[in-house]
Amino acid sequence: MANTNEVEPKSVGARDTLLTQKRESLGQDAFRRLMRNHAAVVGGVIIIILILLALLAPWIAIKPFSEQVLVDQNKVPKWLVSVFPSLEPYAVYSNDYPLGADYVGRDLFSRIIYGSRVSLTVALIGPLISIIIGVIYGSISGYFGGWVDNIMMRIVDVLYAFPSLLFIILLMAFFRSPISDIQPGTFAYSIKELDESLGGMFFIFIGIGLTAWETMARLTRGQVISIREKEFVEAARTIGASNARIMFRHILPNIVGPLVVAETLAIPGYISTEAFLSFIGLGVNPPTPSWGSMIADGAKAIRTYPNQAIFPALALAITMFAFNFLGDGLRDALDPRLRGTQ
Amino acid sequence: MTDNNEVLLRVENLKMHFPIFRGIVFQKQVGAVHAVDGISFDVKRGETLGLVGESGCGKSTTGRAILQLYKPTGGKVFFKDKELTTLKRDEMRAVRREMQMIFQDPYASLNPRMTVGEIAGEPLIVHSAASPKEIQERVEQLLELVGLNPRFANRYPHEFSGGQRQRIGIARALALQPSFIVCDEPISALDVSIQAQVVNLLDELQDKFSLTYLFIAHDLSMVRHISKRVAVMYLGVIVELADRESLYLEPFHPYTQALLSAVPIPDPFAEVNRTRVILEGDVPSPVNPPSGCRFRTRCPIADKVCAESRPEFREVKPGHFVACHKV
Repeated sequence: MANTNEVEPKSVGARDTLLTQKRESLGQDAFRRLMRNHAAVVGGVIIIILILLALLAPWIAIKPFSEQVLVDQNKVPKWLVSVFPSLEPYAVYSNDYPLGADYVGRDLFSRIIYGSRVSLTVALIGPLISIIIGVIYGSISGYFGGWVDNIMMRIVDVLYAFPSLLFIILLMAFFRSPISDIQPGTFAYSIKELDESLGGMFFIFIGIGLTAWETMARLTRGQVISIREKEFVEAARTIGASNARIMFRHILPNIVGPLVVAETLAIPGYISTEAFLSFIGLGVNPPTPSWGSMIADGAKAIRTYPNQAIFPALALAITMFAFNFLGDGLRDALDPRLRGTQ
Repeated sequence: MTDNNEVLLRVENLKMHFPIFRGIVFQKQVGAVHAVDGISFDVKRGETLGLVGESGCGKSTTGRAILQLYKPTGGKVFFKDKELTTLKRDEMRAVRREMQMIFQDPYASLNPRMTVGEIAGEPLIVHSAASPKEIQERVEQLLELVGLNPRFANRYPHEFSGGQRQRIGIARALALQPSFIVCDEPISALDVSIQAQVVNLLDELQDKFSLTYLFIAHDLSMVRHISKRVAVMYLGVIVELADRESLYLEPFHPYTQALLSAVPIPDPFAEVNRTRVILEGDVPSPVNPPSGCRFRTRCPIADKVCAESRPEFREVKPGHFVACHKV
């Protein structure tokens, strides 16, 4: 089999092949540069592993995330004591739990695996919302300019100043309060049901969506304006290209790089927003595990059982680092000023 | 060059003012840049009209306003028998097949995300002028025509030099077989050694396809080489318009005289004896241009009359127009 690979088409002379070879596209060029950036590759690999963990959680996790074994409360595996010597006086050993059990006897490892689902969902939904709304909004504003731009950007300014975190807290206080009496069949009730069916992530999406698209809209607008004035856009007008063609063929392909980079670098922000909301108890509904709520649980016993807070925090930190590294690598790979350099 | 007198393009009292706004929410217009302020000329079929002037005098704006890339503030542009300023979008689109533009900056005028073939073939796609296969053939022809290897078609612009890129721009302009091309300083961003090549290419193409050029430039000797007639612009107005020989041998307007005296002579002995008319001061702001004659603030022979009324653009010799009170 290996020998067949060596049969190559007859060489037609160096100069000829240089001219006729299939040129590598700008995307391939960028990918090649990305692959040379070790931090970015590590980041990318970690993200791929995380995605696999989240998808295969039921097979990887050794226990269901909500299974409570009350007799196993706060149990720790033996190896942990060598890492955290302070555990020794309190430790009840059980090697059934690779990272220990929490205060109601749930397996920390399994919960961290399942917790990646929440973080990655947010890492997917955040960019989705901000790209769909932000890029469309920003392109319209930047492309048409004038009073359209003026009005649209003033709206963004107003929303930017809106205290969205406060708004989210109010929303949750209203919909989740045990004493709130929401009648079945009303709009509010269906929102409450939607939130419950999503394990409490609905309001996290709202919280991220409210703020994320505005930054994206501003960035897109600025990029569109800078490209709109370029001569090749004028050339496209001269040949009679339609607005849609100019937008999709000439402007968007030239701004996609900065937008992808900005969005990748914004993902850690979305993840930490979710973790923060869950930490203060306004995120996912228990028993759905989220790294933020696990840190909150673990923080209560951080002096006696540091493992309960440290492992979810570590998972969170690694994930955010991975996205940051990948974002940095993408920025370097897609920066037009570096294009074509070694 | 064919020597007929059919007027292909006529510009009448063209004005292009760019408004200046102030305020963030409630904007109001506080003034306007008078980039082009009432110019008239015509271009005959098959000729090259040179348009010269220093930076910021409105040459490029004129070219773009003719092509309706900017909506002119006033005046009329007649192309063949159509009046362009009042055309609807669709009607203008059809006219665009006939009039094209070659841009100044060969780096900025090609979309870096498109291959050379896509760039040169785009006009055909936009006007659905051909099937994909025909487009590919046509693109190969075009590239060959402008002196590029047709096999470069799937390369990206960043792989080419400035002169090659300018050739790609020319191929794009020729794709729809237009009759009129605005050349907006097509050579000023190029190396001197490349300039001549591109000018000669433009010359050749003009003969081959009987093209009509409006050639915008600030290099007087290059304009002299390529143009049949030359118009001199200063601060948004044309001050002198004449046949090439007439203008270069016998300039009437003091501004034209100053410009021509600034052209270096490639002969060290003659260069020593060259007398220059040195203009004083700077070009006034086009936001608030001087009253009367635009040039009076720097004119060596200006007097009271020049401040009072705008000089008429009149024919002092057959085919030689000057806007000056003193001629």
